[in-house]
Amino acid sequence: MSQHMKYVDEYRDGDLAQRIAESIAAEVRPGQRYSFMEFCGGHTHAIARYGIAELLPPSIRMIHGPGCPVCVLPIGRIDQAIHLALQRDAIVCTYGDTMRVPASGGLSLMKAKARGGDIRMVYSAADALKIARATPEREVVFFAIGFETTTPPTALVLRQAAKEQLANFSVLSCHVLTPSAITHILESAEVRQYGTVPIDGFVGPAHVSIVIGSAPYEHFAEEYRKPVVIAGFEPLDVMQAIRMLVRQVNEGRCEVENEFTRAVTPDGNLAAQAVVSEVFELRERFEWRGLGEVPYSALKIRPAYAHWDAERRFALDYAPVPDHKQCECGAILRGVKTPTDCKLFGTVCTPENPMGSCMVSSEGACAAHYSYGRFRDIPVVAA
Amino acid sequence: MTKQNYIRPLDLKHGRVDMNHGAGGRASMQLIDELFARAFDNEWLRQGNDGALLELPAAPAGQRLVMATDGHVISPIFFPGGDIGCLAVHGTVNDVAMLGATPLYLAASFILEEGFALADLKRVVDSMAAASRAAGVPIVTGDTKVVERGKGDGVFIATTGIGCVPEGRRIGGAQCRPGDVVLLSGSIGDHGVAVLSQRESLEFETAIVSDTAALHTLVAALLAAVPEGAVRCLRDPTRGGLATTLNEIARQSKAGMLLQEAAIPIQPQVEAACELLGLDPLYIANEGKLVAIVAPEQADAALAALRAHPLGAQAARIGEVSDDPQRFVQMATRFGGRRVVDWLSGEPLPRIC
Repeated sequence: MSQHMKYVDEYRDGDLAQRIAESIAAEVRPGQRYSFMEFCGGHTHAIARYGIAELLPPSIRMIHGPGCPVCVLPIGRIDQAIHLALQRDAIVCTYGDTMRVPASGGLSLMKAKARGGDIRMVYSAADALKIARATPEREVVFFAIGFETTTPPTALVLRQAAKEQLANFSVLSCHVLTPSAITHILESAEVRQYGTVPIDGFVGPAHVSIVIGSAPYEHFAEEYRKPVVIAGFEPLDVMQAIRMLVRQVNEGRCEVENEFTRAVTPDGNLAAQAVVSEVFELRERFEWRGLGEVPYSALKIRPAYAHWDAERRFALDYAPVPDHKQCECGAILRGVKTPTDCKLFGTVCTPENPMGSCMVSSEGACAAHYSYGRFRDIPVVAA
Repeated sequence: MTKQNYIRPLDLKHGRVDMNHGAGGRASMQLIDELFARAFDNEWLRQGNDGALLELPAAPAGQRLVMATDGHVISPIFFPGGDIGCLAVHGTVNDVAMLGATPLYLAASFILEEGFALADLKRVVDSMAAASRAAGVPIVTGDTKVVERGKGDGVFIATTGIGCVPEGRRIGGAQCRPGDVVLLSGSIGDHGVAVLSQRESLEFETAIVSDTAALHTLVAALLAAVPEGAVRCLRDPTRGGLATTLNEIARQSKAGMLLQEAAIPIQPQVEAACELLGLDPLYIANEGKLVAIVAPEQADAALAALRAHPLGAQAARIGEVSDDPQRFVQMATRFGGRRVVDWLSGEPLPRIC
């Protein structure tokens, strides 16, 4: 009934999906299993929301990867942001989903806000800068999270703050890097030695690849012999990428292919990369929720911008905090377990009361399954 | 010569609400007389008592009263297609109407913040008066309080309504059974997107206006078109949107639902705005739409009655009640898969109704 939405509906065409599904079913080899990891939460969301799993033959298993920025944010980092709001009286600005990530002591940014913390949801990094200009008497911290997609806007506001010599603005950088996380998964014991996570290929990131290009994945294809197909976030993109992965596996190829040619080029967005490297440098190590400490997997602010670096400005120490004992987010983020393997899933851990980070964002494997797919594995307590 | 008891008239152009307006003295009386009573004017308010003495409508025995109340805290208070004033009337009229009742009277409570511009208050009150007259439901009693600056958000309005239901009519969330048909009176998401477009932090250009409207005449037309009992449940999908409303009904009726995504009317601009902001129109508030769950054999007649009314021209049949002990609301997606349409969790947007 809804009218045509140009450049969106084309990628959600049910008839075309059916045709791709038929061709995938015809191409999978009898008796062979195919396990593909979709790295990005955007793909996880599309698979759950459009019911893509139902359109695939049973021999194809999709493993949800760790590419959901709020899901991989460790408790210790949220604690830092809460500390800034409650103990240091700073205005803390952040993106919406970050508000609900569980932190220490039963808190989250949302709950810290109810306790009097001045915590504001913003739609862009530039809005945080505006708040800083409008309230010169207060410290304003932008709690910056995300993969390569959200890093360039943060770099731009840092550069702008420096240019304006805005004294009351700073950034708590939790920006992380996609290729290091993929390497970490491929190097993990589960994949390399035990084979508990059989990964036959990757559905490669969409928006991240617009920024970094397709070239960084060549390494995985060559070194680890894993096919990668970069795909957009629309459901037809995902279907088409799965068909391309099946073909690579069947033909014994391990290549980087680009399904998302309407947006991704081999080199990516060079201007964005330049501003990021002007402002940020690699961190030697960074804790990821579920993956633990991953070397060279995140960005910190360069010394030239030290004044606008909240970690330096407030002399913040980082203290890692373990997840809830029964929470399986770590194993789920590594692809070792699925949401329904977790005892907490759907019982004490729900989108209203997330215990683990995968239940927070609709891109998280647990929240996506809870919200869109749990009718398939009854019994789960009905809401 | 000095005038007896002269007080300067309210400055409705440049004046502001101050603490005196809520203190119960002369200033309070003046605000009520010159603004509220003048705008809402009717025989009950003119009596000037603490409450309204109401005659019950002459009606056959067995008639029952319906009472509903609704608080309105919307921000911003003026938005494309309406404002907090008309919204406060429509919201409560609709809550009464959703039980199949004829709305009769409204009461209104205002919580004003010190410093609120009287010109804005007048605009809100005039809009409320116009909405109440248009709906034929008078505001017969009210109250005003003022809170200190910083302790409110301009104006909050709570309205309470009463209405009457004829004997034997049972319309409610627990009445649905498997096989019943789910009808929707028009496109979803218009109100939420219109309000969102005005948010300070967003401000995007859109031609979408709020659908805020009083639905009691649409309800009356629907009920007149089908036999008593054929309409099982009526509900206006406000906060939490269509998805949350259907989950509430599924839970009350201990049944599931199966929706057809392709059948749910959505304006392309609403869909585009939601796409851009990462929102799902199923969870966006409406203020002038209703869901009617009707007996299958009366579904065509009910749909025709909705479509014959100006507020239901876009009405559509969007799904069915199913037998599901898990009470899941499921949806066949346009893409060809199936998924759960869950309760809203958390808050997708700040206050919008």
